[in-house]
Amino acid sequence: MNDTVKTIGLFGLVALAILFTGLSQSWNAALGILNMGLISAIMAMGVNLQWGFAGLFNVGIMGFVGLGGLATVLVSMPPVPAAWAAGGYDVWEALFVGALSLAAVILIRKRMKPGNLRALVTWVLLIAGFSIYRELFDPARDAIEKVNPALEGYLGGLGLPILLAWPVGGLLAAGAAWVIGKTALGLRSDYLAIATLGIAEIIIAIMKNEDWLARGVKNVNGLPRPLPYEIDLQADPSFVEKAASFGLDPVTASTLYVKLGYSIMFTVVLVIILFLMQRSLHSPWGRMMRAIRDNEDAARAMGKDVTRRHLQIFILGSAICGLAGAMMTTLDGQLTPGTYQPLRYTFLIWVMVIVGGSGNNLGSVLGGFLIWFLWVQVEPFGRWLMELITMGMEPGNALREHLLASAAHMRLLTMGLVMLLMLRFSPRGLLPEK
Amino acid sequence: MDILNTLVLLANFVIVPAVTYGSQLALGALGVTLIYGILRFSNFAHGDTMAFGTMVTVLVTWMLQSWGVSLGPVPTALLALPFGIAVTAGLVLWTDRVVYRFYRKQKAKPVILVIVSMGVMFVMNGLVRFIIGPDDQNFADGARFLIGAREFKEMTGLKEGLAIKASQGLTVLTAVIVVALLFWFLNHTRTGKSMRAYSDNEDLALLSGINPERVVAVTWIIVAALATVAGVLYGLDKSFKPFTYFQLLLPIFAAAIVGGLGSPLGAIAGGFVIAFSEVTITYAWKKAAAYLLPADMAPDGLLQLLAVDYKFAVSFVILVVVLLFKPTGLFKGKSV
Repeated sequence: MNDTVKTIGLFGLVALAILFTGLSQSWNAALGILNMGLISAIMAMGVNLQWGFAGLFNVGIMGFVGLGGLATVLVSMPPVPAAWAAGGYDVWEALFVGALSLAAVILIRKRMKPGNLRALVTWVLLIAGFSIYRELFDPARDAIEKVNPALEGYLGGLGLPILLAWPVGGLLAAGAAWVIGKTALGLRSDYLAIATLGIAEIIIAIMKNEDWLARGVKNVNGLPRPLPYEIDLQADPSFVEKAASFGLDPVTASTLYVKLGYSIMFTVVLVIILFLMQRSLHSPWGRMMRAIRDNEDAARAMGKDVTRRHLQIFILGSAICGLAGAMMTTLDGQLTPGTYQPLRYTFLIWVMVIVGGSGNNLGSVLGGFLIWFLWVQVEPFGRWLMELITMGMEPGNALREHLLASAAHMRLLTMGLVMLLMLRFSPRGLLPEK
Repeated sequence: MDILNTLVLLANFVIVPAVTYGSQLALGALGVTLIYGILRFSNFAHGDTMAFGTMVTVLVTWMLQSWGVSLGPVPTALLALPFGIAVTAGLVLWTDRVVYRFYRKQKAKPVILVIVSMGVMFVMNGLVRFIIGPDDQNFADGARFLIGAREFKEMTGLKEGLAIKASQGLTVLTAVIVVALLFWFLNHTRTGKSMRAYSDNEDLALLSGINPERVVAVTWIIVAALATVAGVLYGLDKSFKPFTYFQLLLPIFAAAIVGGLGSPLGAIAGGFVIAFSEVTITYAWKKAAAYLLPADMAPDGLLQLLAVDYKFAVSFVILVVVLLFKPTGLFKGKSV
């Protein structure tokens, strides 16, 4: 079977599966799967850029996705003037002092000769910097969090259009990736994995606990939308009329309209990124990346700066994950740091890349759609399966109750099995790299 | 100045919890480091292996409790522990046979094995949630305290109390016994020596007629035992929740790497380094400072360097600092 036919066939199958969901369950559910599938596909492409192109093992995707989400709040929410007056400038001043003392330490360590004096200066700078930072930061934070804590208690954002948050999310993620990459790249591959795992946990911990920044676990609700609200559409007579001409009631029509709007926006982003990725894969730069991946020593001997290239691709891939994270939070309309779980946001994306075929961009897109579809549909399927198994048992049987209640946890088991089977029997994925 | 009260205060809030937590981390890190030394990959499924072993122990404990079996002041879980170890050993040996062996035969790159262990992690995590659910489970019984805070105050007449939970005493005692057994095994038995030989130089070990499959099997059994013991002790001390065990992966890896991957002694040292740093950095030093400083210099703030929610950040920062300045860890581990 030739590659094009296989690619079209597999994508066709996923499209059919989503269409079938639309026909048998509801079009809202189908569009929901499609939208998250698009976002998952973009995340998978970001990871594929790192793993498939360069062989970098990043298990901190959750953190970059979270930073993208944070960007939506920082960009799009209206500022809270009272909070800014209470301590907004002081907080930033404190952070600036903190960053300045860190920069000074790095500079000192570069410029001074190793020895007791350098160690002493380093410690003095660190301790003094940290004390001043806390001295400035703590009162400012408390003041901000006291401002109308039920609704605000944070600095708010810049009040700019939310679409602007997408690239900003990418930039934030890129910044974090630069810091991690500078320290952990160039060490052995497992260390990068542990480092990224750690930084992701820390980013989520910061988002959960720094209430002055984005309200922490109190969540930011009601993010502005790039699309009209359902309520407004339902109140618009021309929209209701148009919906009626399609034979739809206004409520369904308005939800479908909004979801479809998101689908179109996400598709545009996906196509742009896919185009850029394909171009770079077939460019000299892409060939160099694969050469580095396949034999680092040979590439280094040919004069390629391996660590720099790794840093570059690590930043690019993370930025794509941040962009996708901002898109996802825009779709949700709220930032809920409590819901970021590594199994869902890091390891599931890895399953997508592995199943789709690492090193192949179309493969990642396919994996994104397919695995997201499975992730959503395994739960109802598991419940159905459990009901089938337990049919013979009488109602109220303890084992039956337990099995039915546990059906929801079938997901992780299934994803793990899919991943292990793929790795064993088709390690290059559904659409292998050419 | 009140040095005695300060010491008791620190013992109560810093030393005892840190020693307990350090012992638990050390046992976990020993498992990670053994897998790394013998099978040469970082096992991401280790946290979930701990969760699985603990889950089996919890289930057997509940069964024993329902039969009315009890060890008096000692937790019933100790009686259930051998069953937990046996079932977990069975599971990891089976996992090795159906999953890892294939890649070992192929001589796959370590990073592929790490990805494979991610798949195993998913399956084990799903299995645990499927069987026992994602919620907190309590299975501790027996005596609660070795010394209560009030008893201690009455005994010594000090202002500060020192409370040592039974689970804390049990953790340290068990950890010492397990570690002693492990080192005796590694240093004085034929199998242990062959394991160390295999870890040091695989080819040479194979040439001298060591059976690699046997070494690998013994390693998995030991790792299952270490993981189950670590998990059960952590569960008795705090509580059993599958997700918490997954999160323990980070401090455990940090401990193993800080000590030097592949070095058992390093794993123990690393566990205590991580535990003591986490506890001291997230502890509010206000009261201790109030005892030591004259009254007019007493601090207003809590003197807490970082909020408890950031304890992961501590192990992470230590990890990064060690990686930057001493990539092979404190005890010269491998750095392949």
